[in-house]
Amino acid sequence: MAKAKTGATANGVNGAVAHHENLPAGVFQQNHLKKLDALLPELDIPNRKYGDLTKDDYIELYRLLYMTREVEARLTRLYRQGKIVGGVYLSKGTEAIAVASGYSLNRDTDWLFPMHRDLGAHMSFGQRPMKLYAQYMGRAAGPTRGRDGNTHMSDKSRRIVGMISHLGSMIPVAVGAAIGCRMQGKKVVSLTFIGDGGASIGDFHEGLNFAAVAHAPFVLIIENNQYAYSTPIVAQYGAAKIIDRAIGYGIPGEVVDGNNIYAVYETVKKAVDRARNGGGPTMIEAVTMRMRGHSEHDDHFYVPKDLLEKWAERDPILRAQRFLEKSGHLKEKARLKLEEDTIAFIEAEIEEASASPMPDTGDLVSSVYA
Amino acid sequence: MPVMTYIEGISNGLRYEMRRDPSVFILGEDVGVYGGAFKVTKGFIDEFGPERVYDTPLAESAIMGVGVGAALVGLRPVVEFQFSDFITSGFNQVVNNAGTMHFRSGFPLPVVIRCPSGAGVHGGPFHSQNPESWFTHVPGLKVVAPSTPYDAKGLIIAAIRDNNPVLYFEHKFLYRRIKEDVPEGEVIVEIGKADLKREGSDLSVVCYGAAVHLALEAAERLQQEGISVEVLDMRSLYPYDKEAIVRTVKKTGRVMVAHEDWLTGGVGGEFAAFISQECFEMLDAPVTRLASADCPYPFSSILEEHMLITTDKVYAGLKKLAQY
Repeated sequence: MAKAKTGATANGVNGAVAHHENLPAGVFQQNHLKKLDALLPELDIPNRKYGDLTKDDYIELYRLLYMTREVEARLTRLYRQGKIVGGVYLSKGTEAIAVASGYSLNRDTDWLFPMHRDLGAHMSFGQRPMKLYAQYMGRAAGPTRGRDGNTHMSDKSRRIVGMISHLGSMIPVAVGAAIGCRMQGKKVVSLTFIGDGGASIGDFHEGLNFAAVAHAPFVLIIENNQYAYSTPIVAQYGAAKIIDRAIGYGIPGEVVDGNNIYAVYETVKKAVDRARNGGGPTMIEAVTMRMRGHSEHDDHFYVPKDLLEKWAERDPILRAQRFLEKSGHLKEKARLKLEEDTIAFIEAEIEEASASPMPDTGDLVSSVYA
Repeated sequence: MPVMTYIEGISNGLRYEMRRDPSVFILGEDVGVYGGAFKVTKGFIDEFGPERVYDTPLAESAIMGVGVGAALVGLRPVVEFQFSDFITSGFNQVVNNAGTMHFRSGFPLPVVIRCPSGAGVHGGPFHSQNPESWFTHVPGLKVVAPSTPYDAKGLIIAAIRDNNPVLYFEHKFLYRRIKEDVPEGEVIVEIGKADLKREGSDLSVVCYGAAVHLALEAAERLQQEGISVEVLDMRSLYPYDKEAIVRTVKKTGRVMVAHEDWLTGGVGGEFAAFISQECFEMLDAPVTRLASADCPYPFSSILEEHMLITTDKVYAGLKKLAQY
């Protein structure tokens, strides 16, 4: 990943320093500048072939990416209209990671453990937007029938396991699913996500160490979006990169440009194939930038504006569009048609979810036990 | 019918289920080559292999999390916490992940959580605890605590066959001290059913685990003095057998609730509250609670004896209750 020509501005650094007034003068600023410099990718993604992707895959990944952005935009609209139960946690700017990761799996056999910002992974793993909207509205048609929180979407029929709110907790669980499937003689992979914040939690370490020792068919995607709620990465970890920890676990670790959906796919698919073929676990750090607040109630004031501007130019959708145009896989006219069709599809899905009934209260307590 | 100790009851039940059902496997620290810290799984690795008798890294949260994951994909893991005291390091996985899984996702979660617990073995503050009441508060979990070899076998088998997370509290003090005839083959003790360990007509003791044996000894002594004591072994703490409690209260009208766990916030408080609310008109005396002192488990024998519930304390408490 190329270094940026300039680091953060004084504004940006000061914004972060407010967090750490007790640090020796200069130390925090230098660290922060270094980390930001190291993370900013090139403006355009390389025009080359990515893994085993076909022309149809390039287009389909773009469609899923675009759909994720638009599904979320409408979630915000519904939230402002008071039609959503609870908060809305968007992946704006980071969608490529979840979409490409879900797409790398075998949706008929593998196990997916998404986090709260991984709506795109649900969809690239085969989930309908209608189900996601129904969950957000607390409807019976949601995959958890209104029981679990709006971003916690288990779907038993699809082998999707929703997270609990305690970040990192799903890592050992996903490792257990991977080991369990192997014990059953299946060539199945399990994949989960964690953020730059969640990577600080004990279960991250316990789970990865367990996976390494067990040689589990497991892939961990670290979505480094640079802020855990309001806490910047410089206040989150001491190493230059989270992925440096892979050495300590004795497993492969790779860094990928998280705003290049095709590179994410290529990297994750390689790890998934390796896991499936008995090569053990991999951890991947996908570098990106969260372009909204932690949730839609959070106005993001603590993120330097010029940092957001730089990352906005590196938006995964814009970069994919430029790549598709340049490579000739999808020219503008066809792309606009695809986008139009996608919007129409989403609107119909919202309509179906909105018309669906609320859950029955009759079996609430009796559904606690199997 | 062979005579088995309490620990043999557990081992025998585990082995029976592992032979019967290939989806059952054990994971925990030192359970394989070493056979478990208390030798519950001694020899298992030779019969079932290292994959089904899985030696894990020292990481309670991951062990429990891996158990949850394996149960999700259709296996029936038996997770061993080497000492129940260490379950706090896996607490979140037990309570929030295992405890909510079926409710929030519809996945059945057949995982058994073995918890060697209890004092009287000079274990000090961190190898003596009885942490069952932390879990009897959580909808989604089941909690059992056998007191005899027969129940130990019957409850471990029932727990393995249950499609929900079951915490199985096995009392370390009883491991090699209690023996009885236990059938070699299938033994099932239904979760949620208490057992009348001794019939009586004057007083009732509602108890579980090691306290059952204290109550039985105290009852024997009181019998010499002409006081007839009934001992109800709850066996299951969540769900618990309300009908059995009502039956014994109706019969005697005087009840002591007893356990080795700390008094304040112990599950005995739940039993006492239930009796007070549902059996008020049957009572001839206030519901009495007897438990260990609200104090970390001390190491020195004289201190431990002072802190713990004992036969003498149960005897004295029952005598007072008889005289009320």
